[in-house]
Parts: sequence; structure tokens; C-alpha cells
Amino acid sequence: MRPLSETALSPQSPDAPRPAPDAPAAQPRGADHLYLVVVGHVDHGKSTLIGRLLFDTHSVPDGKAERIEAACKAEGMEFEYAFLLDALLEEQAQNITMDTTRVPFRTARRSFTIIDAPGHKEFLKNMITGAASADAAILIVDAEAGLREQTRRHCFLLSLLGLRQIVVAVNKMDLVDYGPDVFDRIRSELGEFLGRLGVEPAHFVPISARHGEGLIRHSDRMPWYRGPTLLEALEKFRANPPASGGPLRLSVQDVYRFDARRIIAGFVESGSVSVGDPIEFLPGGKRSRVKSIESWPPQTPAPGGPVGSERAVAVTLEDELFVERGQIGALPGDRPYEARTFTARVFWIHDEPLRSGELLPLKLGTQQAEARVLGIQRTLDAVTLETGAGTTGEVKCHEVAEIRMRVRKPIAFDVGGKVPSLGRFVLMRGRRIGGGGVIDSVVEEPSDGAGISIVSRSAILGHRGCIVWMTGLSGSGKTTLAHALEQRLLNAGILASVLDGDILRAGLSRNLGFTAEDRGENIRRAAELAIHLAQAGVVVAAAFISPYRADRAMAAERAKQRGIPFAEIFVNTPLAECERRDPKQLYKKARAGLIKDFTGIDSPYEAPLSPDLEVRTDREAADDSIERLMQLTLGLARPAEQAGEGADI
Amino acid sequence: MTHLDDLESQSIYLMREAFYGFEKPAMLWSMGKDSNVLLWLAKKAFCGHMPFPVVHIDTTYEFPEMIEFRTWAKEHYGLDLAIWTNLEARARGIGYETTDPVTVTHELKTVALQQCLAAYKFDALITGIRRDEDSTRAKERYFSPRNAEFEWDYKDQPPEFWNHFTTESGPGEHVRVQPLLDWTEIDIWRYLEREKVPLPGMYFSRNGQRYRSLGCMPITKPVRSNAMTIADIVEELKVTKVSERSGRAQDHHERNAMQKLRAKGFM
Repeated sequence: MRPLSETALSPQSPDAPRPAPDAPAAQPRGADHLYLVVVGHVDHGKSTLIGRLLFDTHSVPDGKAERIEAACKAEGMEFEYAFLLDALLEEQAQNITMDTTRVPFRTARRSFTIIDAPGHKEFLKNMITGAASADAAILIVDAEAGLREQTRRHCFLLSLLGLRQIVVAVNKMDLVDYGPDVFDRIRSELGEFLGRLGVEPAHFVPISARHGEGLIRHSDRMPWYRGPTLLEALEKFRANPPASGGPLRLSVQDVYRFDARRIIAGFVESGSVSVGDPIEFLPGGKRSRVKSIESWPPQTPAPGGPVGSERAVAVTLEDELFVERGQIGALPGDRPYEARTFTARVFWIHDEPLRSGELLPLKLGTQQAEARVLGIQRTLDAVTLETGAGTTGEVKCHEVAEIRMRVRKPIAFDVGGKVPSLGRFVLMRGRRIGGGGVIDSVVEEPSDGAGISIVSRSAILGHRGCIVWMTGLSGSGKTTLAHALEQRLLNAGILASVLDGDILRAGLSRNLGFTAEDRGENIRRAAELAIHLAQAGVVVAAAFISPYRADRAMAAERAKQRGIPFAEIFVNTPLAECERRDPKQLYKKARAGLIKDFTGIDSPYEAPLSPDLEVRTDREAADDSIERLMQLTLGLARPAEQAGEGADI
Repeated sequence: MTHLDDLESQSIYLMREAFYGFEKPAMLWSMGKDSNVLLWLAKKAFCGHMPFPVVHIDTTYEFPEMIEFRTWAKEHYGLDLAIWTNLEARARGIGYETTDPVTVTHELKTVALQQCLAAYKFDALITGIRRDEDSTRAKERYFSPRNAEFEWDYKDQPPEFWNHFTTESGPGEHVRVQPLLDWTEIDIWRYLEREKVPLPGMYFSRNGQRYRSLGCMPITKPVRSNAMTIADIVEELKVTKVSERSGRAQDHHERNAMQKLRAKGFM
């Protein structure tokens, strides 16, 4: 027996005839439904405004207003519109809205859901939670109190969250005698601030939420105001454009194998998917075609009609591809980026700051990857819009920053608002979301042959590998300087190693002589070894006579190709001084003709034309030379600390 | 794309996230209208399959017609149905005949659910609660963590935005997954009508009365209504200003009863 209603029209079996599509009761509220967030400084009247809007549009269930009226009376208070919203006991006690709430209401023209965003500073995470899902915002400003810290901070976050439809409600006009002066001042001050964020509010509306002025009716008390009422302004906003229209982006949520088939469950972030469409999955780039779009209950779709849920879809492919959660399906001609390194603007809402160099999980769409904070370019004060002077290497709770990030495996994403939902990510701190970010640009980055990043090694070490190449005559002091530098670097916790002619010629270059050709080959081997060490994260202090410009240029070029910073140091000690020192008695032997092709004697030395640093050991104190060398090396190995910027890859 | 399509897609997305993210999720099912929408959406999300158990917390005060529907639906949908009753409390004599409705609701629903979770070790519960039902539910997240004591820390909820949620729980904890949060009562009815979702007959008018919200028999009262069809119900809801759960006595037993019940783990 089917325990259904006995009444004539209520049986709800799947095989019952469907009502005509235009049956009035089946009319949806429409895609025009607007999600609205109300933000602004604490006590500027958000809850009162919402309570009043609900009350004036007759959206309050019977009993609720009466209950609050009774409660207010019991406390000897005037009727409080805010209490319509602040239903929890604690809130009434503290007079602050504690968490994001959602309240639907409708006017003759459209339906809304208000997401009430709290204004108390500690609850910024809730404000973001609310505002991130809104189509439009009411920014409320107390006419008497003017712009406050949270007013500005909320403006900043609205712009970062991508909210562009904003109406400013200048509230409590009753407290300033409904005069235009205060209103004009706030309009100009806030308009200027928002302008710097690239946000242009649709309207500034003077209101008194408590007295219902300017909300749904034009106010007799403010005849000087000619613009729309708050409700009229809201009715003009557009609901977020539906998914269709942009390029296809199918975020793979899961792959189901309920039977022999592999069903790809995905969410259409943008565009639409149809049977027969070519589809490519990124990262990876595997291609196939859509074989079927699954639906339940089984039905014969009307030709051209929708099949199943339109955005949460389930598809099968013509080919047996290994597709997994996190990949994004796209049309082969219009794909998202696939990369590892990018710059982003982030906001941080966790007590424990986001630190430069730290590794934490990043989620973008259905993708998850470990991400390294390569550097914090600059922090921004959301209130003053001032750039932080230098950087402390961390982003504190409620701060906003520009950072550079690198994920351990490539991810697919869009930039520049092309598909907004795939251009933003969250960073996890433990089980919680610690912050969110919007990707601004992709950074091209070299990697070593195995695809392992130079940067990921450097993140482990706290510095990166580089080559400090010292050139000069025999006896000029290159090796002495190299060892002194190595010691200084090791003392500073930086992995360093000296590479010089004696080391090479004792082993790797044992089979080479001193002809121009053999010298070239020796330098080539030295450069390759130095590059390999630097890729492993070592700061290489290379001391080689390396007399030919072409050989040194080749070494520098090879390093550059592999993404290794390279500095050329000219240890410019005059020949006479070198010959005077002659620590290994080589000049003496060369002069005596016992050694052939000796640089400076019977083989040329081509001095660098524009070295990164020139050292005169014959003129300056050794400590001074080493100090200059050390500073230059630190600039290569730890660019963030030296320049006050993130790693410049 | 209509508003209902939007809601449907979002709910399916959330349900699939729950199925992916948790090791042992389960769905709560009361046979009520929201519960049946939830069941329907799950079938859609998983292409006609139900990849997790469905739990009914049976207070022993269920309407016989609802139990009949339960038997029918288990067969019809092919549910892996787990029925749980707090037998210990019933043995102690806890019941509407002897005890206040808030205590009974706590014992026979919340405590029963705790026992059920402990027995089956579910780490996520998919529920059919909606924000518009009650002001405390308005503050819910889609993925809402509960500690081992079932407490809901509504003062310090994890942030949730851009479709990213809390999908991990510690030992003994669980996460409530609430795919219908954004639906309103009218959305539910329009969807039930559009999709022809099977429903218990008690929602429709008989002798000038129907049930708008269904709970335990002794504390659930019908409303006056001549709505015989879903279209009638939708028309009725457009003009009514009586709250949906006004016929559910435990909500109104004392001031903030619902808040107290919910902080202790009630749905």
C-alpha cells in the first residue's frame, strides 16, 4: 500500500503526470533572487535596518513581533526592530549581532535574502562568510558617528571579495535633524575612499531605520534628497549572472563506480556541458568527449531540454580516462591556467599569523594542494590603505597582503575575474579556513630537470642557492676571500661551499691542461658543478682565474638558464702585487719558464667589463672586502630580507 | 536556470562534498517533507544510489501513518535504514505522559542520536534543517562541527565561504551537513510538486485540518487548512504569517527552548 494522501490532486508518485509548466504555483521565485549583505561598523544600525525592512515589507511571521514587543515591554524598553533579528538571548544582552543570519523577504518586484553581517571586530570571519556569498551590499554608516574603522575595513573586504554592487545607507539621519550637510560630507569622504578601491557605489541614500524614513517610502523630512529610496536602489541590482555564458569549467568533485561505468560528478562553475562536447581535464590535459549526462529519476528529456541538475552534474566519457577530484574539465580551446606559482591578494582571519616561508593546505575549487608562502610583498592596512613599511614576514589576523605562493603540484585556475570561483582560494590553518585570496597573476618559474623546484628547496633551507663567481689573477686572493665568505655564510646559517681551481683540477678536471681550450673546458665543468650545487640550495663561492670573458659569460648564461642567481666578482689585484705575494711560487716558476701558459705571464687575462662587485685586496682592509661580498651574497640568497620583498624568482 | 535549480545544484554539491570528505556519513530521515526532499536530492546526487545509511530516530511516539510511510519508502528507495530508539530512557519511564516535552525531546531525540552515533561511529550527519525554520537555525553553517558532547559552539563557528567547508572531525566528533539550509518552506513545497516526491498524506487537509510540520504525536498539532494539493499549500503559505513550527510544542515550552535544545545537540 502506498501511504499517500487520499485527496485527489496530491499523489506524488514519479509516474504521475506533471503539471503544465506554467502552472502558477510552480513558478519559481526566479533567478532574479538577490542575496544581500548588510555591513558596516558596530552600532551603526544594521540589525535595526534589517528588522525595519522585514517589518515594513510584511515579512515578519505573526507572533514574532508580538513576542519581542512583549519582551521589550517586560524590560521597560521601546520596541526594538533589531530584536526581530537578534533572536539569541546573548545577543540581546550584548546588543551585537553575533553571527551571520539569513532572512528572506520580498517586495512586489523581486525577492531577497538578507545575509546579516556582524560588525563587531572579532566577528570579521562571519562578515566574510556572509559577504562572500552575496550579490550586493548595503554599507551602513551612522550619520552622527561618520566613517569608522570597520566602515573602511568592510569596504576593503567587499572590494577584495569582488562585490561591486553597493548602496550606502547613511543611517540615523534623525540624529542630525535630517540635514543635507552631514550627508554630503559622508558621501564625499566615503566616495573618495571607495574610489581608491575601485568601487563606485550605486547610490548614497539618507535614511533613519528606526523611524522608517527613506527605506521604502520617500521621506518628507528630507525633501532635499532626490535619489531612490533604499528599497528602490536594491531592486535595481542584478542577481549574479548564472553559470552559463562563460567558458566551460567543470570542477570534478568525485568519480563514482556504482556499476561498471566511471561516473564523473562535477560542478559547473561556468559555461555548460552537453553530450558530444570535447572536454579536456586540467591539470594533466587528458582529452575525451562527453558520452552521457546521467540523471535520476530516469526520464526521457524533452529535446533540447535540461537534463538532470544543471550545475551539479554527473557525466560519463567516451574514453576510459583516469580523471580525479580536483581536475577541471574545459573545452580544449579555452582552458584555465595550469601553474604552480602565482601572486595573490589575501585576507587573513586566523589568530595565528600567516608567515612567509610556511607550508599550508590551499583549496581552490575542488583542488587541494600544499602551498608555500614564498614571500609577502606588502601588507596593506585596510583602514588607511597605507602600504606597510617593509614587511614583518607575516600577515596578522584581519590584515590584507599581497603575497607570492607556490603549490607543490600544478593546479588549474583562472585569473582576472574570468571565472571568479576558480580565481580564488582558501588557506587552511588546521581544520579551519585561515584566510582567503584572489589570484592576480601567474609567475613563470624555472625548475631543475626533474621538475623539482629550486624554490621548494630554498623554502626548506630558508635561503636559496646561488653562485658568487670570483675571477682574478693567480694570487689575487680569490680563494682566501671565498673561504672567508663561506665561513661568514655558515655562521649565518646559510649552507655554503667553496669551489676553486685546485679542487677541480685534483679530480674532475685531472685530464685537462692549460691551453685556452682546456681552460674553457675546465670552466665549463666548474660552472656545471656550481649550478648543480646551487640547485641543491648551496651558496657556491667559486674562485677561478677564469681569464676569458667568453668562458665566464658562458657560466653566467648557463646559471641564468637554470634560474640560479649568479654574481661576477672581480678580484682586481694588480699583477705586481700578485707576483709579490706568489703564495705557491707559481710566478717564479712561470718566469723561469717551468710553467707554460701562465695567466698574466704568457697567457692573457681579460678583465670583467661590468662586474657585480670589484674587490681591491691591495687597497682595502680584508674585513671590508668580505663585508661587501657578504652583503651582495645575502642579497642573492635571501632576497626577501635584503630588499623587503618576496623572493624574486 | 530557476531558483529551484540553483538550490538543487547547491544541495547536491554539498551532499557530494560530504560523501567525499567523510569516512562514514549517514543521513537523518524523519519521513517529513524536508527529509523527503533530502532523500530525493541524495538519489539525484548519486545517480539513483544511496551510498550511505539512512537513520530514523524513532521516539516511539510516531504517527502510525508515518511509520507506514517509512516501511513503504524503505522498499521504494532501497534504503539501508537504521532505526534507533532510546530504549534506556523509555525503560526509565521517560515519556510525554510523565515528563515535560523539552526533556522528552532531549532524551528521545538528542540522546537517542548520541547513542546511535556512538554505536555506528558516523562522522557526519546529513540533516534537512533549514535556516528559515527557526532563528537559531538561521545561524547555522552548511558544515557545522559538533564536539563529542554534541555541543554546538555557535559563538565560534568556523568561517565558511567560496564553497569551502569543514570536512574533518576529530575522534568522537561529528559534522552536521545541512544541504537544505538556504531553502524556505515554500521552496520545499514547490520542489516537492515539481519533482513529484512521494509524501505522507498527513500534510494535506482532512476535515479542514492538516499538519504543517510533523513531530511526535502527543505534541504535534494540526493547523486549520483546506489545502488539498501542493498548489493549495503554496497559496496558503504566501499569505500565512503563522510560523511553521508553531504546532510543535517542545519549541514553545519555555523561553529559548529551541536554543537550549539545539545547543545540546538537537537538530
